[in-house]
Amino acid sequence: MAHEAQSRSPSFDVWRALKNATLAALVAFGLFSLLIGLRTEQGPTGALILIPRAWELFWLVAAAFVGVFLRELLFGRQRETLAHFIPAPVRTAVARIAPYFRYALLGFALAVPVIFYNDRYLLDLSIQILTYVMLGWGLNIVVGLAGLLDLGYVAFYAVGAYSYALLAQNFGLSFWICLPLAGILAAFWGILLGFPVLRLRGDYLAIVTLAFGEIIRLVLINWQSLTGGPNGISGIARPSFFGLPFTADDNGFAATFGFEFSPNHRVVFLYYLILILALITNAVTIRLRRLPIGRAWEALREDEIACRSLGINTTNTKLTAFAIGAMFGGFAGSFFATRQGFISPESFTFGESALVLAIVVLGGMGSQIGVAVAAAVMLGGFELFREFEQYRMLVFGFAMVAIMIWRPRGLVATRLPSVFLKERKLVSAAMVSEGRG
Amino acid sequence: MEVFVQQLVNGVTLGSIYGLIAIGYTMVYGIIGMINFAHGDVFMVSAFIALIAFLALVALGVTAVPLALFLVLLIAMALTSLYGWAVERVAYRPLRRSFRLAPLISAIGMSIVLQNFVQIAQGARVKPLPPLIGGGYTLIESDTFAVRLSNVQILVVLTTVALMALFSWIIARTRLGRDMRACEQDLKMASLVGVDVDRTIALTFVIGAALAAVAGIMNLLYYGVIDFYIGFVAGVKAFTAAVLGGIGSLPGAMLGGLLIGLIETFWSAYFTIEYKDVAAFSILVIVLIFLPTGILGRPEIEKV
Repeated sequence: MAHEAQSRSPSFDVWRALKNATLAALVAFGLFSLLIGLRTEQGPTGALILIPRAWELFWLVAAAFVGVFLRELLFGRQRETLAHFIPAPVRTAVARIAPYFRYALLGFALAVPVIFYNDRYLLDLSIQILTYVMLGWGLNIVVGLAGLLDLGYVAFYAVGAYSYALLAQNFGLSFWICLPLAGILAAFWGILLGFPVLRLRGDYLAIVTLAFGEIIRLVLINWQSLTGGPNGISGIARPSFFGLPFTADDNGFAATFGFEFSPNHRVVFLYYLILILALITNAVTIRLRRLPIGRAWEALREDEIACRSLGINTTNTKLTAFAIGAMFGGFAGSFFATRQGFISPESFTFGESALVLAIVVLGGMGSQIGVAVAAAVMLGGFELFREFEQYRMLVFGFAMVAIMIWRPRGLVATRLPSVFLKERKLVSAAMVSEGRG
Repeated sequence: MEVFVQQLVNGVTLGSIYGLIAIGYTMVYGIIGMINFAHGDVFMVSAFIALIAFLALVALGVTAVPLALFLVLLIAMALTSLYGWAVERVAYRPLRRSFRLAPLISAIGMSIVLQNFVQIAQGARVKPLPPLIGGGYTLIESDTFAVRLSNVQILVVLTTVALMALFSWIIARTRLGRDMRACEQDLKMASLVGVDVDRTIALTFVIGAALAAVAGIMNLLYYGVIDFYIGFVAGVKAFTAAVLGGIGSLPGAMLGGLLIGLIETFWSAYFTIEYKDVAAFSILVIVLIFLPTGILGRPEIEKV
């Protein structure tokens, strides 16, 4: 190390930087010359014509050159880390307030409907964020705790949504009966799908769950007599306040409690409903982590072979993680169905699974607060940059790669050990050996 | 009977395309033990490169089909290889020593990036290309049904066979092939005996991408339409082919590709076309459960 530090001369190597930057520019030119430089459009005759876009190509190549040059200038041979981008005082300040952050966040979450009572748009956005927080927490059990990469999580979300929609439409069951049923059905599907495949290695498991997610979506599209096919199911019953509907009638919620009727009552109710569901997910996860099963999950994530030699039944351990994760996905799904009043296979594509996975990855696999923050940042960011909507998937694809390279434990990368001797110490991400099972 | 032969012809053509993509999966898995999730999207990118290159050649006045095809093949293979190399360099190489799920998550990120990059750069619409190679032969003719073998199908199958031969030769006889086989057995040991591991892995990605490029061109010629989403389904099917044939095994990838192609076409012909993807995905699941080593694969030994 010492030798390396000496050989890195204080004045940086201009020629090396120029060489690398030129190479990067050449590669960028090769990559983008056809795909960016020429755009295919449907011409007047219907055949494709090419429209040249020289400037876009030039700017991208220039950006690659300048980017690599700057990187060489700032970091040289040294590998850059996230710490370079955030000054030390900021980091210590963050570390100091971090323990109180969760309470502040919870308080804020509880107060949102009071503060923004009249802002329907913001309330809807908050509900959406909380839905993803809940999905993220559910998937976190599978990916973050048990270390199983599930690329088909949206399948359980779909099972929950369709369970509620079909039960409510065909049997007239209320939301409160359907909610646990949807959760149980999703968990059942989790076991059914998980049982045969959980013996597989991590990568295979990922692909198989992806295949399952697609199979479920394709069945939803093609089984028209049951699911309505691509048209989906509409007119799903809205939730009631434990039997009192949110209508302007005499026996509605507003009249019974003597309020003036407002359509916002339902939105506020939905907000608290998803908040409570999400908090239940969180509480269950935190409790489970301390139970033997939760410890087994984390042990499994770190080293599967060691687990087996310690006598942990890995199949059952994985299966419980899969089933519990699926159950929360099912709850979130039936909430989604009752909130939207309309569901179709469009809502359950692979992109959705990838989004939830990205939330978990960005938040730091295994970190509850990180997932919540990541969901808020991501969906909030989507809304803020609405006009750049087409770029959002591109950005979050890059974010997934960047996080894996620079911050593999996620943005909130400190973790409290679940089990400890004498004293509970905060372990920084740098000290945590990555699970390499 | 005629229908059966026709489906056989179609299935072998489709299977050749899947087989070429599957080689990319199986080689990368053999060497670094990861699923290159972005490989299907590299295939998609290659189809777009081929389409644009072809239109550009026509605009430049190259209208002789054989010459244009040859040039398109060269351009697409070169540029797609660059994509394969860049993906490895940016998203996988820094993660070589990271934890188990990291490269896979990074690969998923890369797949999303490629898909959306093409969607933004070229639009989400389906891109049609008029058929370049017409004609063909009628093999069997009966009153109700004629079995057709088109020139495109002959081209696809012949190219695949030629590439497979070339590729097997590279693996078995050249220095690069020997390095690749050494890396497959043991990365650390290979580096100790003087194999440039980084270079070998990069070249593996380059070769895989080049083969995917050929598959992309043939897909474009065969179907005549492409869009930014074709990589996802083709990728999963090619991966299924690689698993079915035995991951890590090159003849296995080709065999698996053929089987998947045949199953898909026969399923579409005799059962329901809506569920053809379900059939392919189900095969993946069933194979992984009952035959995890595939047809020609070796059992994997777990090392601590």
